Amino acid sequence: MDRQQGDKIRKQPDLMPVRETRDPWYPVWTERPSFDLSSGKYLKIWQGPQHPGITGNMALELTLEGDIVVDAKTHVGYLHRGFEKLMERRKYIQCFPIVCRICVPEPDYNEYLFAAAAEELAGIEIPEKARWLRALTLEMIRIASLVMGLGGQGGSFGLGTVGQWAIAHRDYILDLFEELSGHRIYHMYIIPGGVRGDLPDGFEDRTEAVLKKIEKLIYDLEKVLFDNAVIKSRSQGLGVIPASWVEPFGITGTNARGTGIANDVRKDTPYLIYDQLDFNVITGGRSDAYERSLLRKEEILMSIDLIRQIFKRMPKDGPVRVKLPNVLHWRIPPGETYVRAETGRGEMGYYMVSDGSGYPRRVHVRGASYTHAMSLLEHLAVGISIADVGGLAVSLQTCPPEIER
Amino acid sequence: MKDTIDKIRSMFDGGDADEKREDLVFVTVPATQVVDCLGYLRDRAGYRHLVMISAVDYIERGVFQLTYLLHSYEKQNDIGIRADIGRDDASMDSIHRLWAAAQVYQRELREMFGIDFPGSPRVDEPMLLEGWEGIPPMRRDFDTKKYSEETFFPREGRKTADPATHMAEKNYASEEQVKRSVKDLVRGRRKRKGNDG
Repeated sequence: MDRQQGDKIRKQPDLMPVRETRDPWYPVWTERPSFDLSSGKYLKIWQGPQHPGITGNMALELTLEGDIVVDAKTHVGYLHRGFEKLMERRKYIQCFPIVCRICVPEPDYNEYLFAAAAEELAGIEIPEKARWLRALTLEMIRIASLVMGLGGQGGSFGLGTVGQWAIAHRDYILDLFEELSGHRIYHMYIIPGGVRGDLPDGFEDRTEAVLKKIEKLIYDLEKVLFDNAVIKSRSQGLGVIPASWVEPFGITGTNARGTGIANDVRKDTPYLIYDQLDFNVITGGRSDAYERSLLRKEEILMSIDLIRQIFKRMPKDGPVRVKLPNVLHWRIPPGETYVRAETGRGEMGYYMVSDGSGYPRRVHVRGASYTHAMSLLEHLAVGISIADVGGLAVSLQTCPPEIER
Repeated sequence: MKDTIDKIRSMFDGGDADEKREDLVFVTVPATQVVDCLGYLRDRAGYRHLVMISAVDYIERGVFQLTYLLHSYEKQNDIGIRADIGRDDASMDSIHRLWAAAQVYQRELREMFGIDFPGSPRVDEPMLLEGWEGIPPMRRDFDTKKYSEETFFPREGRKTADPATHMAEKNYASEEQVKRSVKDLVRGRRKRKGNDG
């Protein structure tokens, strides 16, 4: 790599040593230290819930010594809409407008998982073509979410232009979704029994045009974001997750792959048609904020490749859904199940219990952000500068709607 | 997977295995054996990833069913450990020493179901229900509809179905009143004049 201007400004070693200050199996917060605020040495401030540097409606209660964070607590509860409880009072089909609102950037995963859990309990097999179409929409929304995540990462380190580019390119994908399903944000394209309809004529060409635009964006981002001396000096060595933390904290997704552990639900327990696609799990090793952005960039390219593979191998015709019984009188036999999928942030899963009535007995949504934002972020924020807290939160891709279902 | 299930059944008095898929099996064990069983699965059987902890309220049986779902990255399968605990005075042993992430799940269960986990850090700190009195909201006997009817009141409805009139009244109430009173005045005068003539 060429010599950067940033080297003159601040000497930053390229590879920060991974320090393991705590034994993760016996974390120190069991004996959380108390700070005497009246001593004048410490200052307590809130970052969030309206702070632009925090991803969504979530607050961090920070105790500072100078500008170094010595204690951090995550506060949620600004977004709780009681989805899991609401679902207990609604029929299965009536839950659909609810589940897609659990995560705003990636609603399709919720639709897919809810539909898959209900289908599994009811013993419904969906047609082959519907599986491919489901995988196609999941990969498309994954790109949209990751692109927006990269934009947020640039914005949190003061590079607002990248954020604007990212939002614009996400909109191209939303245009595709609008054409496909009639909706931009919450698509409700995946329904129990399959998907709502086949692709429109010429959809493949228009998707290909958008994919080319995103490849161009990635090419630009490599120069603007990843070769940027300021971004490098601020994000390298920030928020290093030791590999030994992955299991105790239940870290999944890109945050786990950044440590070099090749965990990917699409590869480990393939759902839909992922066992028929060619891809390799992308892993890192340095596990800092910079590395995680790099991995997200690689995963966008991987998703673009997967979409091209899906278009090439997808059956050209065939039914896209099976006929369900009258959904308003649809009773699902008693049982419980858990289905999972790999979202842009990590493993997401639905645990569904049916008691044989027309209403779900219990639906538990396992979001990746739940552990990332609630316990991991509290640990990683300690010891870093307050200016980097926003960048750290974005680099974990936390999504508060997922925490508060 | 099969020998692990057999081990659980023999070592921890596990009930019948409830096989959902090839890679997902639920086993019920007595509540007192759960922590030992999870420790065994974590350290000996390779189930290192705690996917989630969840509770289901079986009010007709008077129990909460706790579900601990574990995943093994080596064997690529899941084992769900289920345990029934009594609904009254519900309490369970904490597993925050086995998985740091369990602390958050236990905190949520304490808040939403009222299941106590003695010793779990910050377990009594509510996430959102500060100053909540009454039964925990995720329990089956908590009536969301009744609660919302008692807590929130519907706004006064519209007097007219015509949106133009409604908005004019809402935004320019005083002007509308003046207009109407002038109209009434003029009409009354005309009427009186007509009567006179």
